[in-house]
Formats: sequence, structure tokens, C-alpha cells
Amino acid sequence: MADAILRVFRGDNSGGKAVDYRVPLAPGMVILDALHSIQAHQSPDLAVRWNCKAAKCGSCSAEVNGRPRLTCKTRMDSLPLDEPITVSPLKAFPVIKDLVTDVSWNYKVNKKIPAFQPRPNVEWKMDQRDVDRVQEFRKCIECFLCQNVCHVLRDHAKHESFGGPRFFVRAAGLEMHPLDGVSRTALLKNELGIGYCNITKCCTEVCPEEIHITDNAIIPLKERVVDEFYDPVTMLFRKLRGT
Amino acid sequence: MTVNYETHEHDVLIIGAGGAGLRAALEAIAQGARVGLVCKSLLGKAHTVMAEGGIAAAMANVDKADDWRTHFCDTMRGGKFLNNWRMAQLHAQEAPDRVRELEQWGALFDRTPTGDILQRAFGGHTFKRLCHVGDRTGLELIRTLQDRGVQLGIDVFMECTVTRLLKDGDRIAGAFGYWREQGRFVAFKAKSIVIATGGIGKAWRVTSNSWEYTADGMALAYEAGAELMDMEFVQFHPTGMVWPPGVQGLLVTEAVRGEGGILRNKLGERFMEKYDPKRMELSTRDVVARSIYTEVREGRGTEHGGAFLDISHKPAEYVKKKLPSMYHQFKELADVDITKGPMEVGPTCHYMMGGIRVEAETAASTVPGLFAAGEAAAGLHGSNRLGGNSLSDLLVFGRRAGKSAAEFANRSSATNLDFSQLAGAEREMLAPFERNDGEFPYAIHHDLQETMGNLVGIFRNEDDLKKALSQLDVLRPRLARVRIDGSRLFNPGWHLTRDLKNMLLISEAVTRSALARKESRGAHSRIDFPNYDPLWEKKNNIIVNEGGTMTLHERPVPEIPAELKQLLEEKK
Repeated sequence: MADAILRVFRGDNSGGKAVDYRVPLAPGMVILDALHSIQAHQSPDLAVRWNCKAAKCGSCSAEVNGRPRLTCKTRMDSLPLDEPITVSPLKAFPVIKDLVTDVSWNYKVNKKIPAFQPRPNVEWKMDQRDVDRVQEFRKCIECFLCQNVCHVLRDHAKHESFGGPRFFVRAAGLEMHPLDGVSRTALLKNELGIGYCNITKCCTEVCPEEIHITDNAIIPLKERVVDEFYDPVTMLFRKLRGT
Repeated sequence: MTVNYETHEHDVLIIGAGGAGLRAALEAIAQGARVGLVCKSLLGKAHTVMAEGGIAAAMANVDKADDWRTHFCDTMRGGKFLNNWRMAQLHAQEAPDRVRELEQWGALFDRTPTGDILQRAFGGHTFKRLCHVGDRTGLELIRTLQDRGVQLGIDVFMECTVTRLLKDGDRIAGAFGYWREQGRFVAFKAKSIVIATGGIGKAWRVTSNSWEYTADGMALAYEAGAELMDMEFVQFHPTGMVWPPGVQGLLVTEAVRGEGGILRNKLGERFMEKYDPKRMELSTRDVVARSIYTEVREGRGTEHGGAFLDISHKPAEYVKKKLPSMYHQFKELADVDITKGPMEVGPTCHYMMGGIRVEAETAASTVPGLFAAGEAAAGLHGSNRLGGNSLSDLLVFGRRAGKSAAEFANRSSATNLDFSQLAGAEREMLAPFERNDGEFPYAIHHDLQETMGNLVGIFRNEDDLKKALSQLDVLRPRLARVRIDGSRLFNPGWHLTRDLKNMLLISEAVTRSALARKESRGAHSRIDFPNYDPLWEKKNNIIVNEGGTMTLHERPVPEIPAELKQLLEEKK
């Protein structure tokens, strides 16, 4: 088989440049295979995160030809091979080195979300239909591609006041858990800034787990926030009670 | 000593943040200990996410006749009686509570029509026993434990690799390591340490394991003086992907067979009828792996050297619902629609039954203050692990290790870090940068994988094993002359160089133990000794560091008490 050219970002937080590598193609090859080939034969210090190589851990995220992808799942033969394939780090997070970015911000956001807490004296029985709805959210592999592509983070850098799609998915998984007894709507409105999301569905498009992030997680959560904080009847009631 | 290291102090340090490490951390915190958790990857990426089929626990939600006794007997029989009986008993007795606890922390398992946790069939389990979430049970487990840990505020040191355990006299005093991102060195001071670093799958070329599985914990413990046990027992999972080349070895969950998948050779024969007519595809992993290997070796393999595994006789929607990640994995990586046709599968290095020898009740190693749980520890699975018994192992013995480590820390005085040990560890890490010629570490890793794959695989014999030992002798000096390009900033070549040292060391332990065991049992198949030997049923192989020399001893398998022996007789 022929060769492909990978144009890979090499550098660190002080800057860098794209470097071309010629890599021999193999049947069924994915971008991560090509990156490993570069490491083994050309540049052993090429920094790339990966773990399972089966699209189950969400470690190997990068931008391939400008599109956020899991590199373990992006087939070389799905891309035009007559021109170089560009591979760059996620744009929404600071570069550490090459394709490795500092995603620690996500772990900080996660800490703000109260964990599952069962309602008092629940019976541990659940219907599969109720579980199905939540299992969709729990498929999330934390690849952070949705965070990377969200305008609020990528273009407006609202990392301080916005949680991002990943954490709306996590919050939805907790809020819609059939036995959960905690409300996270105030958190979603105030600290996670769910109002910033203008439902362009970019996150849904890039999700490798095909979670319907916008339709099934964000919109229902936005509705809960509206019901609790902006419903005219509730607002009037609140005013009268002075709360 | 002039260098000041970044130093962190805890009561209990846990190395490894898969299921066992996380469960240990939660328990140590519950005991009031100050806990640090170190992991090589980002939190939540450990290999536990790859566990697909389920958690074995005799909850009896589906098959009412199930109980811990049957689970105990299945585990002992699967391990061909080399298991530590007490670990097998504790595991079977405690697993249901550990699963319920996960549910109370927010895990969402698939349900029965009456709303209980659903359980599925798996190889070697008498009853439907595996609590599961489609085919992504491991992700559910790790996410649940991770979220619980975040809630309790565990100190997590992500992307940090430990390269040496530090001692204060005979006892554990802490650890030395480096931050993968920046390459800075770091010291941990701790009264006790739990090793939960998994296995050594990366020493084989065809493997289901990720880059992390380089035997770190076993090597660290060995160097600190702990005993390793049962190292000859390496599990080859019967079904890994075989095509295309980039995904060779990638796991195909046993749940495919649990849900009714059928194995055939290229002639269309359902060959398990020959090898285990009673249990067929749901025979134990050692048997199924050898059967597929034999079919291929005798010329009845598929185009790419595997067997066909077919689930397409089940309704497409059912397959997508119960095996969603398998459906996507084959569709996207191999252009195969598993609802329409068969998968091509073959054996892949998957799991290490051997590891650090621990006490059943406390998970304590032979070094004071050092504990181990999960794949890094030995004993529960004997010579062959049943599918589903790994996730339950992580929970049951992760909890026990965390508890014991916290109790040990509670009754111990503070330790002192010895700067000469730290300086030695630092020198070792910096040495490769001082050379500007030599070969890349990747070439040595490649050759190690060839050696272990070709000579210490599913079928073994004396000549091959001796040849493997002499090839390891050649690899060691090559590693000592390896060259590193670039700086200490996130440098995978540098990281691999250190990981390779662990892999070479523990590969030698595996090979020496395999050479010593002159019989076939469970995952260890000797062509030159094809039968069980009742004398070997009474012996575990022990590997220990004696003055810098790897030494092998035999140790009697703990005697099974009469009432459990009787149970095993009754449940035959």
C-alpha cells in the first residue's frame, strides 16, 4: 500500500509548528496507528494520549483535518490521502506538548456537581424504561470533544462561568436518575451557566457515543431551570412568599 | 542531599486508579485515613473501562437457586483448585453487597422485568450471574467510583508514574515518581501503600491491554522485597479481533457468547462440540482459547487466522441493545455488521492471574505496610479466571486492601524518607538522557512482545521457555543502552524506557515460573507435559528477590477446610 503524509502539530505552550511525517499505510489503519508509527520509527518523543484504542476511554481526542475526533476511531481511508492529513491538539484547552492538552479544568467543573443521593427510604427497584433514558448519558467517555467544539468555550472562553456540554450530560444523568433526591437546577443556572448555550447542537454532532446531548440533556435541563426560576406563576408565588 | 523534591504526605498512598485502586481509596477514606491516589493516566481512563461483560455476584435475581456456595465452587473449579480457597470464599460471599453498594452510589444496571438488577450467563458460571450494563459495565463501575471519590475529596495525582517504593528499614515509607506531563520528580511519604496497578499485558504483541499494563506494581513490589505468586498463569482471552492489523487483539466481550454467540471454523463446523460438548461456547476461557488456537493451527482458521463468532441469528435490535459497543467497534473499525454476519476472532493476551502474594483477609503482602488488590494481586483466580470475576475481585479486595492499609497506618508511627533512596531513583530516571547514541526503546518493546508472544504463549514447552529466557538476557543490556530524544516534557519514549524495565523483569518471572511448572493446568499448557499432575495441584510457584537474584520457591497451596471440600464434592 502507499504512504500518507501526516502534518502533526509539534510544540508546547510557548508555540510550535506543524511537521510532516510520511507513514506507510496498512489496511484498516486509524490516525492513532499512524501516530504510533511516527513514535516508533521517527520521533519517539511525540506526545499523544491514548489508552484503550477501542473508543471506550476517550483519551485520544484531537482535531483531524480541523474536525474534533477520537484518533483511534478515525480511519485513514475515510480521509483524502492525496493531501497531508493535519492532526492538531484540541483548541479549547491549553497545549502541554504536541497533541496533549491540559484538560484539568474539566475535572474542576466536575467537582461542583453534587453526587447522586437517593431519596429517603427508596426501594431499589427501577424500570428498564426509566434506566434507558439515563443510561444514554452514562455512556459518556469524557473525551471532551463536545467541550472542545462548544462556541461558549472554544470561541468565547467562558470557562469561568460555564460548565459545558459534558457536565450538562453528567447533571442530566443525575437529575433524571429514577431514585435521585437532589436538585441541581440552581447550580445549572448560576454556576454552570446553562443559559449561555444557544442550542446549536455542535456538541451532539461530534459526540462519538452518539449521545443526543442537546435534545435529551441540555433542553430538558433548560426547561427545568425555566420552570423553577422563570415560570410566571412560580415567580408570583415566590414574590408573595418573599423568598 | 541538596535536591528538594516536591513531597506529599498521606497515611495511605494508593497506586493505580482502576476499580481496585478507587475502591481501596474510598474505603481508606471511610476509615478516616488521609489518602493519596496516583495514576498513570487521567482519572477514569484505567483499563477497567474496557471490562465489558459484567460483575459476577450471586444475587440470585434471575436464577433463584444461585448462592455464594455455587459461585465459590465455580471459581475454584475454573481456577483448577490452585486458588486461595479463602479468597474465593470471601469473594463469593461479599460480591453481592459490593454490587448493591455501587447501585447506592448511583450506578445504573440493566433491569429484570421486576425492576431488580439483571444478570446474564457467562463462561464457567453455573447460573446467570453477571450484573451488567449492556457491554460497558466497566465504564459504569469506574465512573460510579470516580464520582464517589470526587464527592469525598480524594487527592488524585493524575498522569503521575511511580518508579520506586521507598522503605524505612523493613517497612514501606513512601514512593518516588515523576509527573508525566512536565517530567518533574515527586516524592510521596506514606505509612502504607496499596498497589492496584493491574497486569502485564503489554509484554505481548497481541493483547487487549493498553499502554499502562506494564507490570509496574508487581515490579515495584518485587524490588521492595515482596513475594510474587502464580506468575505462569497468563490468561489469553479467546476472542480478540484479528483484522484489520491495527486492532488485532482488541477485546471482543465474552458477553457475545453469553448472549448466544456461536463459534465456527472456516468449514462451518461448531468446533466447541469437540472440545467441551457440555458447556460449548460458554466453557472456561482457557479451554475456548486453546480450542480456537488449535483449529487455526490445524488449518481450519479463517482468512486472517481466527474463528468465526456469530450472533447474527439474534434480532438486530436485540444485538444493538445488548452489545452496542461491539456493534460499533466492528462496524467502524472492521467494516463488519455483526447483526448481519460473523466476526473474526482469535486469542489475545488479557489478564494476569498471578501477582503479588497477599493474605486473603487483609490483602497484605509480605512487606509490612504494602498491600495489593485487583489484577496486581494473586490468589483468587488460581490458574484461570472466570469472566466477570475480575470486576467483583476489584470491589471485594479493593475494599479489603483499603481497609487494612488504613488500619495499618492508624497503628503505625510516621515514616522517614531516605534521601539516598530518592537520589538513586532520580539517577536511574535521568541516565538515559546522558546518552546520545543507541536505539529507540520502541524497537526493544517490539522484540520483547515477539519473544513473549512466540515463546511464552498459549502452548509452551521447555525449549521455547529456555529460549525466551536467553532472549530476555539479550534485551536487558539493550535496554540499558537506550537513547531518548527530546526533553522531560511529556516524553513517551522516556516513559516507555522505564516501563520496559518492569516488563522485562516480570516477563522473566513469568517465564521462570512457566518453566518450573511441569504440568498443564488452567491457562498454563505445556506441550511436553500435557496432563494435570496431582502433585502440582498442591503447589504455588513463588518468585522472590534474594540479594538481587530472582529466585523461585514452591509453597504449599493452603489446605481447603473439610466443609468447603465437601461442598466442592456435592456440587460436582
